[in-house]
Amino acid sequence: MSILQVEHLKKTFNRTNVLKDISFSLEKGQALSIIGSSGSGKTTLLRCLNFLETPDSGIIRINGDVIFDGAQYSRLSEEEIRLRRLHFGLVFQSFNLFPQYTALENVTLAKKLLLKSQKKSGPDVLRTIDEEGRDLLRRMGLADRMYNYPHQLSGGQQQRVAIARALALSPDILCFDEPTSALDPELTGEVLRVIRSLAQQNMTMIIVTHEMAFARDVSSQVIFMDDGHIAEQGTSDEVFNHPREERTKHFLAGYNKS
Amino acid sequence: MKLIFEQMPVVFNSLNIGFLQTMRLFFVTLLGAFPLGLLICMGTMSRFKLISAYCKIHVWIIRGTPLMIQLLIIYYFPGLVLHKNIWGSGESGRFTAAAVAFILNYANYFSEIYRGGIQSIPVGQEEAGLVLGMTKPQIFFRIKLLQMIKRILPPISNEIITLVKDTSLARIIALQEIIWAGQAFLKGSQGISGAIWPLFFTAVYYLAATGLLTLGLGALEKKLEYFR
Repeated sequence: MSILQVEHLKKTFNRTNVLKDISFSLEKGQALSIIGSSGSGKTTLLRCLNFLETPDSGIIRINGDVIFDGAQYSRLSEEEIRLRRLHFGLVFQSFNLFPQYTALENVTLAKKLLLKSQKKSGPDVLRTIDEEGRDLLRRMGLADRMYNYPHQLSGGQQQRVAIARALALSPDILCFDEPTSALDPELTGEVLRVIRSLAQQNMTMIIVTHEMAFARDVSSQVIFMDDGHIAEQGTSDEVFNHPREERTKHFLAGYNKS
Repeated sequence: MKLIFEQMPVVFNSLNIGFLQTMRLFFVTLLGAFPLGLLICMGTMSRFKLISAYCKIHVWIIRGTPLMIQLLIIYYFPGLVLHKNIWGSGESGRFTAAAVAFILNYANYFSEIYRGGIQSIPVGQEEAGLVLGMTKPQIFFRIKLLQMIKRILPPISNEIITLVKDTSLARIIALQEIIWAGQAFLKGSQGISGAIWPLFFTAVYYLAATGLLTLGLGALEKKLEYFR
């Protein structure tokens, strides 16, 4: 069974149809890249999956369980939404680290608060969370940056802290919203390397990106979005090397030129 | 000159008593205006149009008129128009009326500063908290509050220092604060009259108070410089 199934998702902002009937599914352990020009609805799709926007209609399933149903959404309490969004992690284009906390505190804060609200926190638990946080930062290559504040880190380092922060809650699916778009070109490599290593460890991921070469190598599935539709989807080889749709060919040609 | 030295104990005793009243008004105003400002701020940002419109008009009127008029109206209106002295008699009545006027006035200024602070936090901070499964109160207290305090500290410091000097406006309803105490020796009090030098010394009290506050608030700002 697919880990994620999205069926007939629709979203309208002020009468503009941003998402027009989006359906796709994703298998566990696979990386899916979503490509397409600006304004095609890629980011809105990610934000809907993370409950930052509420779709007008459609169904989202995780492991077969319905976690969102446009027909019944208004009956959900804030508490239920909060727990359901934990299936997903999100890494933002602009990092959004918490400036008053160190790198390590950024990674561990949410889990500590979560366990505290479930009355499961104690000195041992807190120590374990800190240890896990340090492990995650080491995996991101930030062993010597754990006690630095965000403003003392480069953009690439900040984004790696943000990835560790998202991983700390062990989401089923990790989403990236143009993770390198706010970075200087010389810093994109370190972030892409980290994402690539996650793909090799079979982390289930959805990556919205403009880095075509990266999308081609790292992802098993690719969706090309155009004007709120999924214009083409398939394996990385199919979409990048043998696109069927004119729109896809046109879009990719634009990138190959530059 | 010899005379001045002889007068000093009497004068400083009066000035100290006056300054105590000044400081009481200062602290009571802050104590009342900080929380009331937050309430008005939430009101102006309310989703309910009626509440937000009411609060915005309130802010406009209070910020748009001199504090001195507000003091006079609040002190005299109940007694002269409603024929009901709600403030009580004597110095304690004048103090209550002055405190109400000052709290109302400063709360409205604070509310606008708070609003600026809240609105200056990037929306990404809230979204990052949400996707990490935090509750709204956790996001406010653990993430936004300290960032807000850091941002509003400079304008709030400004208001606090202005308030030290604004308390002298309460002189208009004869509150016995330090200017009143100094001025008494101009007209004649405790056997001293026609003396202007006590008034110069009232200025020294203000300078000392604002100087100390500048140092303290500056230290607080420095403490929050560890993040950006």
